[in-house]
Amino acid sequence: MEIVMAIVIGVLFMSATYLMLSKSLLRIIIGTGLLSHGAHLLILTMGGLKRGTVPLLGEEASAYTDPIPQALILTAIVISFGVTAFFLVLAYRAFKELGTDNTERLRGNEGND
Amino acid sequence: MINFLILPLLIPFLTAILLIFCSKNVVLQRWVAGISAFINVAVAFLLVQKVRNNGIQTLNLSSWEAPFGITLVSDMLSALLVLTTTIIAFACVIYSFKSIGIEREKYFYYPALNFMIVGVIGAFSTGDIFNLFVFFEVLLMSSYVLLVLGGTKIQLRETIKYILVNVISSALFVIAVAYLYSVVGTLNMAHISVRLSELGQSGIITVIAVLFLIIFGLKGGIFPLYFWLPGSYYAPPAPVMALFGALLTKVGVYAIMRTYTLFFIHDTGYTHQLLMILSIITIIVGVVGAIAFSDIKKIIIYNIIVAIGVILFGVSVMTPDSLAGSIFYLIHDMIIKSGLFLLIGIIIAITGTSHLRKFSGLIKRYPGLGWTFFIAALVLAGIPPFSGFVGKVLIVKGGFESEHYWGGAIILGSSLLVLFSVMKIFINGFWGTPQNFAGESKVPVRKLLIAPIILVTISVLYGAGSEFIFPYILQAAETLANPSIYIDAVLKEW
Amino acid sequence: MKTNDLILQTTTKVVLFIIILFSVYIFFAGHYTPGGGFVGGLLTSGAIILLTLAFDMKTVKQILPFNYIYMAATGLLFAGGTAAGSLLFNVPFLTHAFGDVNIPILGETALHTATLFDLGVFLVVVGVTMTIIQTIGVDE
Repeated sequence: MEIVMAIVIGVLFMSATYLMLSKSLLRIIIGTGLLSHGAHLLILTMGGLKRGTVPLLGEEASAYTDPIPQALILTAIVISFGVTAFFLVLAYRAFKELGTDNTERLRGNEGND
Repeated sequence: MINFLILPLLIPFLTAILLIFCSKNVVLQRWVAGISAFINVAVAFLLVQKVRNNGIQTLNLSSWEAPFGITLVSDMLSALLVLTTTIIAFACVIYSFKSIGIEREKYFYYPALNFMIVGVIGAFSTGDIFNLFVFFEVLLMSSYVLLVLGGTKIQLRETIKYILVNVISSALFVIAVAYLYSVVGTLNMAHISVRLSELGQSGIITVIAVLFLIIFGLKGGIFPLYFWLPGSYYAPPAPVMALFGALLTKVGVYAIMRTYTLFFIHDTGYTHQLLMILSIITIIVGVVGAIAFSDIKKIIIYNIIVAIGVILFGVSVMTPDSLAGSIFYLIHDMIIKSGLFLLIGIIIAITGTSHLRKFSGLIKRYPGLGWTFFIAALVLAGIPPFSGFVGKVLIVKGGFESEHYWGGAIILGSSLLVLFSVMKIFINGFWGTPQNFAGESKVPVRKLLIAPIILVTISVLYGAGSEFIFPYILQAAETLANPSIYIDAVLKEW
Repeated sequence: MKTNDLILQTTTKVVLFIIILFSVYIFFAGHYTPGGGFVGGLLTSGAIILLTLAFDMKTVKQILPFNYIYMAATGLLFAGGTAAGSLLFNVPFLTHAFGDVNIPILGETALHTATLFDLGVFLVVVGVTMTIIQTIGVDE
């Protein structure tokens, strides 16, 4: 199972890198989304994949899962949700203001001095 | 009161909420923001005294016992940094009254500033590695807002780059925490330190150490990860620039300081050597940039990079002397950098340009501004009676004692060049024939000067009273040098 | 361009209330089982977004004349206030209180200050999501 997860995470990181290296702003944002998905899956895998019940004393099960990775992922998801939403709004505003979503045209220092 | 150490965090948080509700009334916003920032300075001062008298303060949030819940820890280092942060926040707030403009003030400038202070103070006072990530995100989110607020073209463009860099570094942070968790199975920083020393040094821990260095280096702007810094810090107006330059990079530096003295102390031959090499290159790159540019904003921005290199060199040497020097220099740099940014903000407001060749002779018309800038420049370069000197002496002494002669020599050489780079501003901008500038009459120079004068005065006092302040610094350095003090304070019954 | 979205509009009028009811259920389910403020808030804002899709921004603003930024701030106030309430009792920050209280009609009910905190989260999520949607969709 860990192998499968590792491959999935690798594919996600790969696609994220590919998308973030492209020139369109929207693709870059989707790339950051994929990157954070990969990171979240990595937490899940690193916390140990096993079947078990919730870690409550009353359950009296033979195996418990570690709740911390899940809590971390939830927090990280909320944060990446917020950042992605902000990034989208910003990209939209930038597109309106600068008239392009091509990062090639966002280069340079003109207006810097 | 057991909750005392959360007050510096809670006050700006509640202030920010309150400010959202009165966003229509700009005058009310100014009063609320100013008063709360002032109260926070007082609270942070009391916190420092409390840590001085009673030792490290800890708070287990939600009453969960130490390694299981999130713990806030205030040792001397974090208490001093919290105090410095509140002082800078106060200065930037009162500077903003006259400079930031009604438009920005209506669009949630003060709430965003307060949320950023929450993030910075939280990052300084947390004792949990994932909570550190959360506070990083809080301060980054607010910094995005502050950076883009106003919506000029250059701001939009630079914010996009800034967000992209930080999103990637946040993803790396999550990855690094995941790796660390899989190795040690805990998130409490003190507990991680215990577990790591039980495990001894293995390859994976060195990998994690380097990964953390990359993450915090991206935030802090060490070589070769500083590439985004000169562009992004260039875009926003002066008070925001001062907050960013003084606080955001220093949060990264603090995180490196913390992790490299608490976690990764078993393979210093590799990790700290790497840190040392990078910090020395950072100093060189920063100095080259500071000399090469003739744009006053760029000069000061590259001086940030120099300072980061100096501080991290002290951390990488890891002797008690050099650690004390690093802490002393860190606080000195936060105060004086924000002061300098506010000063050049005034210069730009008067002249309408940040290019050195386009103005001259300011001292004739604005002697107060000129002399404040002169003193600030001397403080920055570390001329003996001033505060930069004490920190640098200790760092260099630590470097020489542990036989890193090259590093020490480069730091000494860099101070001269730093002095040259700021004197260049002074000579070109303040000497020479006085000029008239369009729109200078509208600039309330005297009112704007209040905040930088406060900061420069504090900085001078910090240097002159270093005898009095030094016990505090030593206490902070002692905790860094002996992780067991920190661990015992957090994990009481372990 | 005028599109014929009769089906969408009619369905929305029915489905909207189901979604909102479900989000309230999810919100209270968070007391002991999976659910809570974040999910509930997302569901509610999903419902409002559906309404915006079916009709338009103006109509929705007439139906729900909230200032969503203030809503998010109120949520923060609830969450922060609940957490800061522990300061008054000198227990560690964020410590919650709970107990079984006898309420008329409802009988023995388990009450928990975490619900107040969750209500704050709910408001923040709805407020922030709707602010984003309004910012992007406002000039169409």
